[in-house]
Amino acid sequence: MAPTKSSNVKADTPKESSTKSYKKVINDKVEVILQSRKNANEVFDLLEYLQSDKEKEIVCAVHACGKLFGDLMERGDLFVGKLPQEEELMEGGHSADDKYRMFMRHRYNGCIEQLLENMEHKAYQVKETSLCTLMKFVSTEGKFPLQKLDWCEHYSFPRELVQAVVQRLLSDSEDMAMLISRFQEFLEMDDVRYYVMCSVRDHVAKVMEKNKGAVMPTFQNNAFTVLTIINMPSQESELNNFMVKQGVKHDDWKAAKFKEHKRVFERTWLVFLKYKLPGSMYKKVLVILHDSILPHMSEPTLMIDFLTAAYDVGGAISLLALNGLFVLMHQHNLEYPDFYNKLYNLLEPSVFHVKYRARFFHLANLFLSSTHLPVYLVAAFAKRLSRLALTAPPSALVMLLPLICNLIRRHPSCRVLIHRPSAEDPCNDPYIMEEEDPAQCHALDSSLWEIKTLQNHYHPDVAKAAQAINQPLSKIEEDIDKLLELSTFELMEKDLKVPSTVPLEFDKATQLLQGSRDVLGVNFCLE
Amino acid sequence: MGKPQKRNIADKVRKTKTSKEIKNNPFEVKINRKKFDILGRKTKHDVGLPGVSRSKAINKRKNTLLKEYKQKDKANKFIDRRFGEYDTKMAPEDKILQRFSMERQRTLEKKDIYNLNEDEELTHYGQSLAEMEKFNDLVESDSDSEEKGLLSAELTASHFGGGGGLLRKKSPGEKEEEGPQRAKSRHELIEELIVKSKQEKRERQTQKEEAQVLTQKLDEEWKSIQGLLSHKGSKSQSKEEAEKPKLDDYDMMVRELGFEMKAQPSEKLKSEEELAREERERLQKLEADRLSRMKGEVVEKSKKKVVHFSADDLNDGFILDKEDRKMLAYQDGKWTVDEEEEEKVDGEDEEGENGKEEVGGDEEEEDDDDDSEEDDEEDDEDAHSDLDSEQGSEDEEEEELEEDEEHQQTSAASASQQLSEEERKAQQEAAKAELPYTFKAPESVEELKDMLQGYSPEKQRLILDRTLKCNHPSLGVGNKLKLQKMFGFLLEYMGELACSKPPQLNTVNVLIPQLYGLCQLFPAEACKVMQTLLSDSVHSIEETVEVTGRAAFPGLDTVIYLKITALLFPTSDFRHPVTTPAFLCISQALTKCPVASLQDVTCGLVLCSLAVEYIALSQRFFPEAVNFLLGVLHLAVPDKEDLGYSVVSPFKQVGRYSDLLVMSSPEATEGWSRKPLPLSAAQGLQLHNDLEQNHHRLSLLDTCLDLVKRFAVLYKDTPSFFHIFRPIREALRHLPLQNFPTTVQVSLTPAVHDWHCLTVGAHKPVKMYVCVIL
Repeated sequence: MAPTKSSNVKADTPKESSTKSYKKVINDKVEVILQSRKNANEVFDLLEYLQSDKEKEIVCAVHACGKLFGDLMERGDLFVGKLPQEEELMEGGHSADDKYRMFMRHRYNGCIEQLLENMEHKAYQVKETSLCTLMKFVSTEGKFPLQKLDWCEHYSFPRELVQAVVQRLLSDSEDMAMLISRFQEFLEMDDVRYYVMCSVRDHVAKVMEKNKGAVMPTFQNNAFTVLTIINMPSQESELNNFMVKQGVKHDDWKAAKFKEHKRVFERTWLVFLKYKLPGSMYKKVLVILHDSILPHMSEPTLMIDFLTAAYDVGGAISLLALNGLFVLMHQHNLEYPDFYNKLYNLLEPSVFHVKYRARFFHLANLFLSSTHLPVYLVAAFAKRLSRLALTAPPSALVMLLPLICNLIRRHPSCRVLIHRPSAEDPCNDPYIMEEEDPAQCHALDSSLWEIKTLQNHYHPDVAKAAQAINQPLSKIEEDIDKLLELSTFELMEKDLKVPSTVPLEFDKATQLLQGSRDVLGVNFCLE
Repeated sequence: MGKPQKRNIADKVRKTKTSKEIKNNPFEVKINRKKFDILGRKTKHDVGLPGVSRSKAINKRKNTLLKEYKQKDKANKFIDRRFGEYDTKMAPEDKILQRFSMERQRTLEKKDIYNLNEDEELTHYGQSLAEMEKFNDLVESDSDSEEKGLLSAELTASHFGGGGGLLRKKSPGEKEEEGPQRAKSRHELIEELIVKSKQEKRERQTQKEEAQVLTQKLDEEWKSIQGLLSHKGSKSQSKEEAEKPKLDDYDMMVRELGFEMKAQPSEKLKSEEELAREERERLQKLEADRLSRMKGEVVEKSKKKVVHFSADDLNDGFILDKEDRKMLAYQDGKWTVDEEEEEKVDGEDEEGENGKEEVGGDEEEEDDDDDSEEDDEEDDEDAHSDLDSEQGSEDEEEEELEEDEEHQQTSAASASQQLSEEERKAQQEAAKAELPYTFKAPESVEELKDMLQGYSPEKQRLILDRTLKCNHPSLGVGNKLKLQKMFGFLLEYMGELACSKPPQLNTVNVLIPQLYGLCQLFPAEACKVMQTLLSDSVHSIEETVEVTGRAAFPGLDTVIYLKITALLFPTSDFRHPVTTPAFLCISQALTKCPVASLQDVTCGLVLCSLAVEYIALSQRFFPEAVNFLLGVLHLAVPDKEDLGYSVVSPFKQVGRYSDLLVMSSPEATEGWSRKPLPLSAAQGLQLHNDLEQNHHRLSLLDTCLDLVKRFAVLYKDTPSFFHIFRPIREALRHLPLQNFPTTVQVSLTPAVHDWHCLTVGAHKPVKMYVCVIL
C-alpha cells in the first residue's frame, strides 16, 4: 500500500470536458474510495483539487472531502488515539486495517491543514465552504472522537480543531468580518461558543504578548467582531443546544455550566481589554459595554479599571464610559469619588456636537435626577448648562432648557437662580466658568441670565422653552426623552407645513441686494 | 332628569291599573319568604307590593315634603285672593261670572263716580273714537274751542258752589222745584248736574253732525249746478287741468331723483400729500401687523393676508402696471368706451407709422381729460419705455430715437391705456427686439431654461414678463396652475444660475421682481417650494454629517435661496413657515460645517450677513452667528496661547486650519483697498498668489469686523450683552493691529473702543437677575 502520487488528474481528463465534469470526477473518486480500500490512493487526487486555482473546483472538492471523511469517521475508518508518525507507519507491527486507518487519518489531518489554509483564500465562497466543512468535522469528531476518552479531561470535544479555526478567524492581516458573521450560526451552539471563547482568550493573550501589547488594529478588530457576535444566554435553562452530547457525565461538563460560560466570557473580555486599543475600538467597546457585556459578566466590578481609565481619557470616550460607570454604580454599589466633579467637567461646548449627545444627556439627566444632591452642585450644573446653552444649536436647546428647568424643579432651593428679589446690580456674574470644582464656582451666587437672553432666541420653540421661567415653574417635570435625539432636520420638519395664509414681505423686492435692511450688499457684490 | 320622569310615567300607568291587576302581576308582587313557619304568628307582611307602596310614598312626598321644600327659605307667601280660587266646589263658569259681577260692582262704586262713559264707549273729546276713525268730519276746531272757553252758569254753579247762594238769582223753575225737592242731598244735585252737562254735550254733537251733513249736501248740489252757472267756471277748470300735469312732472322728477340709484362717487383725485399719507398709513398698518407677528401674537386670518396693493390695484392678480389698465373701464367720464377705444387703437396703429404730430394731437385731447389719473403710473411707463428703447438694434438708432420720443409722449399722455394700446406697444417692442411676443408657459425647468438661456439678463426679464402676461390666470382656465409651477421653476433656474461657473448673479438680480410678483400671486405655492428647497439642503447636510462626520458649506444656490427668502417673506415673524426653517438652515451651516479654507470663511461670513439681515428688525438672539464671528476672529489671531476665550464648533482652538486668516507677511498687505467681496468667492475661490490671498484675508477680516459691529449694535440693549461679547472682545485684543493696513486699523480701533464704550455703558442698565415673582 505504498502511496503512489503519480496519477495526474488533469492529464487523465480531457481538457474540454474538465470544466463540466470535474464535479463528476470528484464525486466518482469519493465513491470509489468509499467503495473499496484498494482505491485509497485516489484520496491524493482529491486533496490536490483543494489547491486548484479554480474556485469552483476547490468548493466542490471541499464538499467532497467533507463527505468522504465524514463517512470514514462514521465507519470508524480513521485511526483513533495517538497517531504514530507516517514514516514509522511501516515499521511498527500494525495490522493492515490499522495501517489503512492510520493512512486515512494522516490524509484527514492533511485535509484539515489544507482547509484551514483555504480559510485565508481570497474568494469568499472558498472561505465559507472551508469553514463550514471544518465545523462539520468538529461536529462529526464530537460524535466519533478521534482520541481515547480517558486520555482527555475535556470530554469528547475537538478542542484543537476549534482552536485552529479560531486562530484563522482572528487573522492579523485581513478583515474577516464577513466570515465571522457566517460563523455566528455555529456560536448559537453552547459548547461551540464555550470553546470558541476559550480559544479567543488564549489566542488573544498569546498574540498580544508576542506583540508586546502594541496596537494591532486588524487583529483586534477581528477579535472584537468575534466577541460582539457572541450571544450569551441569560439563564442556565437556556443551555440546551449542544453540538456534541456527552453521554455519561454531561452535567459535569464545563461547557454545560452557565457559571463557567459567564466566567469564560468575562475572562475573554478582560484579556481583550487588557491591551491597548485603537481609539475607534475604544468607543465601540464602550457603546456596547453597558448592555451586552456587563450583564453577562460574573463579576462586573472587574470592569472598573477599564472604565475609570476610559473616563479619564476625556472627550467622547469619557462620555461613553459614563454609561458603564452608571451601571456599576447603580447595580453594583460602586463608589466613585468625584464622580459629579468629573461629570461637571465633561460639560463642554463640544458636547452638543458629538455623535453621542443623546446618550450623554440621557445619563446626565439620570445622574442629576437624584434628590440627594447638594444644592451647590445642582446650581453649578444648571449654571454651566445654561452657559453652554449660549453656544448650542437650537435642536439641542429645545432639550437643554427643559433639562435646566427640571433641575430647578427638583431642587427648589435652586430657585434663587431665577428669582433673587434682593439682588440689585451685580453686573459681574460671580460664576467662574473656568473653575473645575463645582463647589468653588459660585454658581449659587449667580443667576441664569443666559436663559433670559435665550427668551429672545430666533427659534420660536427655543424662545418658548426659555420663557417657561417667566411663570412659576409647574411641579410636573417635563419629559425630555423624546427631545434627546432631535436633529436639526426634525426640528425643521415641524414647521414644514403650508398654512392657509402665508404672511408675505410687503416691501416690494426689486433687486437681490437691495432694501433698507440689506447687509449682504454692504460687504459683498454680485460677481 | 330622565329617571324621575320615567318613574312618574310608571306611577301613572300603575294608577290606571286596578289593584287586582297589580296583585296578580307576579312582577309587582314581592314575597317575603319566611325561614321558619311559626305556629300562632300572624303574618302581615308576607306579600308586599313594592311598586304600589313606592308610588304612594312618592305622592305623599310630593304633597308634603316637596311643598315644604319649595317654600324653603321663602319669607313671602303668595296668596291668591281671587274669588273662589280655593273653592273647589264651585264650577269654573260660576267663578268667572261671580268675579265679573264683582268687578262691575266695584267699578260702579265710588271709584268710578266721575267716569262719564258708563256705556263703555271709548271717546275722545266726547266723541266716539269709533266714529272718529271714519274721518268723515272735517270740522274746524274753532267751534269746539269757542264753546270750551265758555263756562255755563250751571257749570259754575255746580262746580264752584254757584258763586255763593246769596248772589245767585234763583230761576223761577228752580224755585218751584225747590219746594218738594228740598230733601235732595248735595250728592243728588251733583249727579243731576252731571246728567245735564252730558245732555248738553250730546245735543251739541248732534247739531254739529247735522250741520255737517247739510254742508256736504249743499256742496254736492253746488257742484251739480256749478257747470251751469257761468263760462267762467270752465276757465278755472282748464287752468286746473293745465296745472295738474305740471305738478306731476315735478313730482315725478323729485321721486325719480329720490329713487334713482345714486351714482357711486368715484375716487377723489388725491393730492400728493394725501397719497403720501395713505401710503404711510398703509405701511403703518402693515408694520403693526408685522410687529404683532414678531411677538408671536395670534393674528386673525383676515389680517394676516397682507398683500401689497398699489393704489390702483384692482385686486385681479395682475402684477404689471400696464396690465391693470386693461380692466379700467372708466374713461373720459363715461362708463363704457370700448368701441371708441378700438377705433382709437386702429387710428393709433396707423399713426405710429405715419408720424408723431397726429399722435400728439390725438393724445392731447385725452390728456386734458385724464392726465391726473395716470400720475402714479407715469413713472413705470417711463421706466418701461427706457427699457424698451434699449432693446433696439443699433442700426435702427435714429428710428428708435424718434419712436422713443413718441413713446414717451404717448406714455405720458395715455395713462389709462387699455389692452390694445398695450399690444401695440408690445408689438413695436417685439419688432425691435426681435423677440416673439407670446410665450408658452414652461412645463418644466428645462423648458424654462431653453426659453431664457442665451439672452441677456434684461431680455430674459422681458421674456419672463411676457410669459407671465400671456398666461395670466384671468386669460385662461389652466393658466393659474401653470403660473403656480412657474415659481418653482424660476427659483430652480436661479439656483442653477448661482451654481454655474462663474455664477450669473446679475441675471438672478434682474429676475427678482418677477419672482416677487409670482410670490405675491401664489403665496402658498411659493412657501411650499421654498420649504422644499431649504429642507433638502438641511437634510443633505445632516446626512453627510451623519455618514462622514463633516459636511461642506452649502453652495451658492442655497445662499441665494436664503437671501430670496428674506426678500419674499418677513423674517421678523415669531414663527413663519418659511423663515423659521431658513433660520435653522443658516444655523446648521454655521455650526456643522468645518472651516477648512478661505472659501469656507467667505461662505460663513455671507451666512452671517444674512443672519444679521434676518434679525435686523426683531433683534432676536442668534448665538451661532456670534460664535462664528468669534471663530473667524480667532483664525486671525497669530498667537494661540493664553487667549482667555474658547471657540466652539465648527472651529477648533488649535488645529490644522486655525491660522487661516493670519497674514503670511506684514508687508503683503500693501495695495489693499476696501471693496466689496464678490459673492462668487463663496463657491469657487481661486487665489493665485500670496498677495491675493492676503488681500482676501484682509477683506474677510474687514467684513467680519463690520458684522461684529452690526451685531453689537443690535444686541447692545440685551441684558447679557456684556457676557455675550466678552469672548469677541478678548479676541479683538489679541489681533495684531500693527500688521493691518490703516483702513482696517481704523475700522478696528473704533471697534475696540466701541467695545469699551458699549460695555461701560452696558454696565449700568444691565439688569442681570431675572426676577420672577413666584
